[in-house]
Amino acid sequence: MTAKYAYYPGCSLHSTGSEYDVSFRAVCEKLGVDIEEIKGWICCGTSPAHCTSRLLSLALPYQNLYLAKKMGRTDVVAPCAACFARLKTAVHEAAEDPDIAAQIREVLKGPLPESMNVLSPLEIFNGGTNPAAAVTKQLPGLKVACYYGCLLTRPSKVMQFDECEYPMAMDNLLGSLGITTLDWSYKTECCGGALAMTRTDVVLKLTHDILEEATAVGANAISVACPLCHVNLDTRQVEVEQQYGTRYGLPVFYFTQLMGLALGIPPDKLGLQKHFVSADALLAGV
Amino acid sequence: MESNLTTISQSQLAQAVLRESGQNVNLCYQCRKCAAGCPISYAMDYKPAQLIHAIRLGMDDLVLNSKTMWLCASCETCTTRCPQEVDVAKVMDAVKITAVRRGIKPAIPQVASFYRAALANIKKCGRMYELGMIIGLKMRTFEFFKDAGLGMKMFQKGKLKMVPSLSSALTTMRIFYRVKKVEKKNRGA
Repeated sequence: MTAKYAYYPGCSLHSTGSEYDVSFRAVCEKLGVDIEEIKGWICCGTSPAHCTSRLLSLALPYQNLYLAKKMGRTDVVAPCAACFARLKTAVHEAAEDPDIAAQIREVLKGPLPESMNVLSPLEIFNGGTNPAAAVTKQLPGLKVACYYGCLLTRPSKVMQFDECEYPMAMDNLLGSLGITTLDWSYKTECCGGALAMTRTDVVLKLTHDILEEATAVGANAISVACPLCHVNLDTRQVEVEQQYGTRYGLPVFYFTQLMGLALGIPPDKLGLQKHFVSADALLAGV
Repeated sequence: MESNLTTISQSQLAQAVLRESGQNVNLCYQCRKCAAGCPISYAMDYKPAQLIHAIRLGMDDLVLNSKTMWLCASCETCTTRCPQEVDVAKVMDAVKITAVRRGIKPAIPQVASFYRAALANIKKCGRMYELGMIIGLKMRTFEFFKDAGLGMKMFQKGKLKMVPSLSSALTTMRIFYRVKKVEKKNRGA
């Protein structure tokens, strides 16, 4: 069977967020979604590129779109919210600004691939795969705060993804699998992203606010769609607790891991053991 | 843009921002939605709306030596909410690029070091090789023990790779080289 979607994992899904890669692949296999990794993909450049050179920040994603097109694919799935945003921004800006499009062509020495469609897995799973029919495990004890972060929805003009101030795509998807999700006001607040490397104090404050708010509405888990959000909320949670004298112990899942659990995929096949904040106690109770 | 009166009689700095980002800061009417929504404005010396006003007034020293743009996390809240459709996050990028080009020492040097370390890493490896990038950052900031415990734990959990994948390094080196060339040519033009 031929692949339907070209899969752009991006750097994080091959390292710090490898459990997102593993769980995404497992869920795709379970639901019969065909994905094929783009051969020879390169980094999208992420924030350091667009903070340094606009042209570089657009040429790097376009190289990946070019490679996808070479595989005969126009639908590209990018699970990492930051990669997703950079790929979509490249398409958007090249379409809006003929000058920059010409410069990208000059850098890549060829025509830009046309009618490329960059997708988040949320769009694929919400659009006709019917995961609800494949549910084998009920998770009634979970109360999940869906945290979308910045780049899935913003800037809305570029991303055209859901309602930018109060998205529901992840809530609807997990809800359709019988998982309870909660209303809360920090869905799209920023976690501080890559400032964790340099101004950790800022990230600890923003992450603290998010964890505090999730706890306040009664969540016992957070669901994310971005490896940077995950690093800040999960791996730095103990640091936040130390800094603010609090205790959360709030497991942070990729939404694909929660899908996997509901679809009956064993936890060790979803990379749950890689989390800093263990979900064992929580999952033993549900 | 040619017939837009607001782009005439701009400060040189505003023109530099326009060239770099396509953003016309003269459209700003100081509603301060950007400042109100910015999650990091509490740590900035000037709020985003103040920085934009200073760009319009041509206050180069104040703007280019500010911490504001270096603290920007590119969360795009300001850009999404601006009623005048000024892409504020792009203005922040343009100010950073202008400051670096003019040889001004970044007010938050670690952030600039992070950008350089990350890009050097992407250029040479093709994909971000986290361990190499972290070492590169430490060589630039001299914060050798920052996050050492965290790094060890990530390593134990198999979240950091020992060896980079270099299979696409030639591609990125070529792209970085050509971007430099095209940019140089356009600046000269």
